[in-house]
Amino acid sequence: MTQAPESTTFDQATADRAQAIIARYPQPRSALLPMLHLVQSVEGYVSQEGIRFCAGQLDLTEAEVSAVATFYTMYKRRPCGEHLVSVCTNTLCAALGGDEIYSTLKNHLGVGHDETAGEPGTPGSITLEHAECLAACDLGPVLQVNYEFYDNQTPEKALGLVKALQSGERPAPTRGAPLTDFKQAELQLAGFFEGRDADLDGPSAAPETLRGAEIAQERGWDAPAVPANAEFPALPEKK
Amino acid sequence: MVDPLTPVLTKRWTEPRSWTIETYERTGGYTALPKALKAHPDQLIQQCKDSGLRGRGGAGFPTGMKWGFIPQGDGKPHYLVINADEGEPGTCKDIPLMMADPHSLIEGVIITSYAIRANFAAIYVRGEALHCIRRLNAAVREAYAKGYLGKNVLGSGFDLDVVVHAGAGAYICGEETALLDSLEGRRGQPRLKPPFPATSGLYASPTVVNNVETIASVPFIVNGGADWFREMGRDRSPGPKIYSLSGHVTNPGQYEAPMGTTLRQLLEMAGGMKDGIPLKFWTPGGSSTPLFTAEHLDVPLDFEGAAEAGSMLGTTAVQVFNETVSVPWAVMKWTEFYKHESCGKCTPCREGTYWLVQILQRMVAGNGTASDIDTLLDVCDNILGRSFCALGDGAVSPITSGIKYFKDEFLALCDQNSAKNRANSVLAGANA
Amino acid sequence: MTIAPDKPNATELVVPEGHVKLVIDGVEVVAPKGELLIRTAERLGTVIPRFCDHPLLEPAGACRQCLVEVEMGGRPMPKPQASCTMTVADGMVVKTQLTSPVADKAQQGVMELLLINHPLDCPVCDKGGECPLQNQAIAHGRSDSRFHEHKRTFPKPINISTQVLLDRERCVLCQRCTRFSAQIAGDPFIELLERGAQQQIGVAQEKPFQSYFSGNTIQICPVGALTSAAYRFRARPFDLVSTPSICEHCSSGCAERTDWRRGKVQRKLAGDDPQVNEEWICDKGRFAFRYATTADRIRRPLVRDAATGELRESSWTEALQVAAAGLAAARDAHGVGVLTGGRLTVEDAYAYSKFARIALRTNDIDFRARPHSAEELEFLSGTTVFTNPDNGVTFGGIESAPAALLVAFEPEEEAPIVFLRLRKAARRGTTKVFHLGQFTTPAVEKTFGTLLACVPGAEANAINALPDHASDVVDLLGKPGAVILVGERAAEIPGAFTAVARLAERTGAKVAWIPRRAGERGALAVGATPNLLPGGRHVANASARTEVERTWGVEEGTIPATPGRDTTGILTAAANGELSGLVVGGVDPFDLPDPVLAQKALAGAGFVVSLELRPSAVTAHADVVLPIAPTVEKSGSYLNWEGRRREFGTTLEGTGALSDCRVLDTLAVEMDADLFTQTPAAAAADLARLGEGVPSGSSLNVAAPLQSPAGPGKAVLATWHRLLGNGSLQVDEPHLAGTARPVVAKVAEVTATQFGLETGGYVTVSTERGAMTLPVETDDLPEGVIWLPTNSGDVTVRATLGAGHGSIVSVSAGSSLGVTS
Ligand SMILES: Cc1cc2nc3c(=O)[nH]c(=O)nc-3n(C[C@H](O)[C@H](O)[C@H](O)COP(=O)(O)O)c2cc1C
Ligand code: SF4
Ligand code: FES
Repeated sequence: MTQAPESTTFDQATADRAQAIIARYPQPRSALLPMLHLVQSVEGYVSQEGIRFCAGQLDLTEAEVSAVATFYTMYKRRPCGEHLVSVCTNTLCAALGGDEIYSTLKNHLGVGHDETAGEPGTPGSITLEHAECLAACDLGPVLQVNYEFYDNQTPEKALGLVKALQSGERPAPTRGAPLTDFKQAELQLAGFFEGRDADLDGPSAAPETLRGAEIAQERGWDAPAVPANAEFPALPEKK
Repeated sequence: MVDPLTPVLTKRWTEPRSWTIETYERTGGYTALPKALKAHPDQLIQQCKDSGLRGRGGAGFPTGMKWGFIPQGDGKPHYLVINADEGEPGTCKDIPLMMADPHSLIEGVIITSYAIRANFAAIYVRGEALHCIRRLNAAVREAYAKGYLGKNVLGSGFDLDVVVHAGAGAYICGEETALLDSLEGRRGQPRLKPPFPATSGLYASPTVVNNVETIASVPFIVNGGADWFREMGRDRSPGPKIYSLSGHVTNPGQYEAPMGTTLRQLLEMAGGMKDGIPLKFWTPGGSSTPLFTAEHLDVPLDFEGAAEAGSMLGTTAVQVFNETVSVPWAVMKWTEFYKHESCGKCTPCREGTYWLVQILQRMVAGNGTASDIDTLLDVCDNILGRSFCALGDGAVSPITSGIKYFKDEFLALCDQNSAKNRANSVLAGANA
Repeated sequence: MTIAPDKPNATELVVPEGHVKLVIDGVEVVAPKGELLIRTAERLGTVIPRFCDHPLLEPAGACRQCLVEVEMGGRPMPKPQASCTMTVADGMVVKTQLTSPVADKAQQGVMELLLINHPLDCPVCDKGGECPLQNQAIAHGRSDSRFHEHKRTFPKPINISTQVLLDRERCVLCQRCTRFSAQIAGDPFIELLERGAQQQIGVAQEKPFQSYFSGNTIQICPVGALTSAAYRFRARPFDLVSTPSICEHCSSGCAERTDWRRGKVQRKLAGDDPQVNEEWICDKGRFAFRYATTADRIRRPLVRDAATGELRESSWTEALQVAAAGLAAARDAHGVGVLTGGRLTVEDAYAYSKFARIALRTNDIDFRARPHSAEELEFLSGTTVFTNPDNGVTFGGIESAPAALLVAFEPEEEAPIVFLRLRKAARRGTTKVFHLGQFTTPAVEKTFGTLLACVPGAEANAINALPDHASDVVDLLGKPGAVILVGERAAEIPGAFTAVARLAERTGAKVAWIPRRAGERGALAVGATPNLLPGGRHVANASARTEVERTWGVEEGTIPATPGRDTTGILTAAANGELSGLVVGGVDPFDLPDPVLAQKALAGAGFVVSLELRPSAVTAHADVVLPIAPTVEKSGSYLNWEGRRREFGTTLEGTGALSDCRVLDTLAVEMDADLFTQTPAAAAADLARLGEGVPSGSSLNVAAPLQSPAGPGKAVLATWHRLLGNGSLQVDEPHLAGTARPVVAKVAEVTATQFGLETGGYVTVSTERGAMTLPVETDDLPEGVIWLPTNSGDVTVRATLGAGHGSIVSVSAGSSLGVTS
């Protein structure tokens, strides 16, 4: 009875997963970030009940969990759509067209930042956000759907993508695994990949990624040859 | 003379299914590890020192020296934490590396952990890099299955557990102490230093925090030796470096070249400026490094060269902007980023970025005055070196360097303001 | 510390071991290693502005207001450094705002940034006039503002608990409040939320800031962001008069500052006393003061009218005459017993003690208005009464103790400041805390303690078994400086004091008795007990008696030679007609071990004089009621649990209220006895002339009882008082009451199953006296044990059940809330 009352949202399987996360770390509290991802995989956002769930699993106060949950942008306060579309509008992507992409999608969906078009969670519902630099600048402007990359976007391409998502299609990302939904992505962020081995083969190397290596190959450039038997230095004297 | 491009870390990326352990082993992976495990840990630290390897996360701290700070025989657990939070605008090297060749990082992690006597290592990856997290997790599983991780690694008696930890969207978590707090399940706000992570890091125990690219270099150094590594790059900044070229260039992408390569050389390889539109400004290593202009095309991009020219090497995230881009607009966008990412802990960064954004937005909207420029510079002066951590310092870089090289453009916005009052003319902005 | 003479080179500064020498603003200074620059500068007289810095909190370095320039080894550091986080070092050269334009500009810059989002509502802010931000801004800030943009706004103040309000617009995010809650109190219920410019202090949804120490956050907030619901908008700091005071609630004896205006207390603040409460007080000490100004306070003497049988107001003269005559008659009949309660000052208690001996010629006096035992009295009079800060356990001693064993003592509930010290010590990792109790209370967790659980009443056995079952505890207690802290409920546990004394003897650990009430140690010291005279002198000791009689200037033989009756003895005798009168000083009969007996005694005693602040169950039986002054309206001293004298002056002068010692002095005169206690000062002087007696040693030899099983349908009761409950000094404080802990019973899971109690359900607890039903929770209690708060909300263990710690009670599943008797 000191334990939190039985949660209706978070079942035993989720509690088991929470415990599995805790087991990964030398100290339990380290599990909090992945556990909040786990909460999102169940609810599509971090609800008060989700906060209570984490607090209960980790013996923290709800204030302590709230302090963490509200610090990070990936933890959503309101239920997300089936898909989360994040458009990079940091300077470089923006200069290459990111701002335009974002405003195109905004107009199309009729929502603003961190808002959802459609009933959250239902098929075709989409949460839109502008994101900070997504570490794909050489492929800019980029956007992500459920954190899978869609590179070298234009307003037209992005609009096509979003319309497809709305109609229930799941166009393949440029880099990443076959598209699922926001909750599935969150489950993987929590570190659970069961049954999704094929995801690994989703493409990752865009031409840009390989550019330097390929130019070097073409031109016969290389790092200096590795010596056959490099020696370790002598053991330094103990001071 | 070494070649203009020296693919070491990026070489395996062109292999089919480069991320699998089969490919990795087939192409010489996991050959450094058995060698390292036969050496004394202190020899590995010494070798790293001899190689001159400097941190690839932005600050360029000598890696071997960092490892050497870990107290030995202190009876405490030691930890290795990999900084894979890659969030500095423009930076896009670690994520492709981890997607394409996760095992090079993992082999580096094992060797480094052995050197610093750590039995637990965490790879803190920014949460938005899902595919990368997948590949890393799979690679860790493969490495366990092959006995490279877990109890008694390759029969050496050395135990190591590795966890891949997903962040949740916070640039500040790239700052190493904020990262540690975040990894401990807290708000990612930086910690007081001292104590430094080397004595009191993760769980208040001695901890090494290194960047992905730094640690992925380690197996190559073990195999090639310090002298081989030093054949590339410059004396105080040796080795190859992944230059991430983005923006208005014909062929943006990842170019692994010796330290000290110049933008002119990089642009040459990348097919020059896109559509021939001339270069206006660029960042040598992310938005926190002061802007350069065309006059810096020949600055050797290594730690010393960039610093001598008034900027920093940072993460060698070379973002190139052509003449179509308004500097005040770009500066405003970056400042909005810093405001969004300021952790909130200290006054100068939290309140300063809040203020700067509003002034810049007003200026870009054409409602600036010349005195706003002075205010901007003075607020920057009150942030730079006054903030708790380097995020605040980084936040002012675009503004002060932007005004330094392009004050006219800022003034023009103010002029335009007075002009607007007269004639209601069009505003300047990106691609204007 | 030494500050260099004007000519630094004339004499070399001596640098003692563990110190370093540095230069601040051109002055050479020696400082202990590890000292923070901001403090060293302060000792030199240079106040570096600050917001997040607080000497008792871990450094944060967050606000950046305290920046100074630092040079190390001849090299200037590239950036200004936060003087609140940087420690002194040999050869360091520091320039503060006084000598460094860089530091000055940095400080001005931070100040300007702090103000851009701060509302300009000083005129309506509670902190106005005592606000560090306001002061800084006026002293150093720019006169004009360069900030012409939009200020950050938040919806107006939010209640983060019933007694603390938060105005986020005023907050400067120094995190003192959150650091206090997390570090000092161990109640991380307020936290930083959000990030960057949106960062704010807050609580979790529907989870208020429930902490016994929450008021401290209001006090340390450097702006007016945190305000108290009770004080809000009531006064302006510059209209208030501040008087140093001592808290009247528990035995910690905290230094306080009482702020008042026009004869009314407006608020209380923690005083700074490093030896006792540091800079903290509990919320009871801070917020519970309105009992003294309730509408029903008795301000005029009352005399029972012979004709109507009702109490009526009277003159002092009449009341004293009636009281004196009645008491004299009662004394000359079967005698009068004196019950003083545990809340008196030393001076007032002394007056009762002396009054009993020379006006009533009796040793029938006892301050223990709570369960008590002969064993306890033996322990208190043999050892405790002679302890003081020089020879006994102190707050500082707790902090440096390698181990602390807590016996029948719930520190957070009973002596919150002791709890804070225990937590501080334990947090530092140098003190191991063991709690001999019944379940893992919040205090066990927050002191990182180990619970040694036993059935209530079996504590003595548990202590005796420690060498066999927990030799590590015994070993740790054997280390120099180890302490054993015993609480008031030990009096309900046969053999507990004997076992503690033996354990102390075996290990060398020092023992402290920590009662719950502020007046108990003082009453013990002045002989408000049946067996002691002032100074720990035993009444049975003829030479001690003579010494006291001589000093008092009374006839030899005035003081009866045999020990008198204790509280229960007095009540029993009064109930049986073996005593003819009672003098009662602020005793609540429902706090007594047997309230039914107390009622009988009050009804049965022929003549009852009550010295009271407010009407109570005693009033109904009193023949004369003499109003006395509350603490703020008198001077005096408390003796805290350490035996430390905590002297205080009158806060509200000239209210006309009289302290007990004055009333008794006059009453005694009416009875032809001279107490020389006309004023607290006179009483103190008279007491001082007596000095201390010679310890006679105690002979504790109470066997630990064999425990027999409770029987079917029965459980053993564990119970103690909570800090916030039905205490009579907490009346009229709805905001404070809102932070009391929920009233629940606790049992072990197995016990719940045995009794068929359901999760989230109710339990009925009963004795032949009565029954009550309340919500039940499971916790880690021993099997067959049920815990109840002694006196919280509807749960009144003594009044309803006539039971106490260790009693056997009947337990069954209950259906709805309520009390039946
Ligand atoms: C605001 C801020 C963000 C940072 N972000 C990153 C990052 O994303 N990745 C990284 O490796 N280092 C980052 N750093 C640098 C780290 O603090 C640290 O210097 C680095 O991880 C050390 O590794 P290295 O020595 O291998 O470079 C950041 C620093 C600051 C101040
Ligand atoms: S500079 Fe200050 S507010 Fe900004 S990120 Fe660092 S600590 Fe946080
Ligand atoms: S007082 Fe030093 S940083 Fe706040």
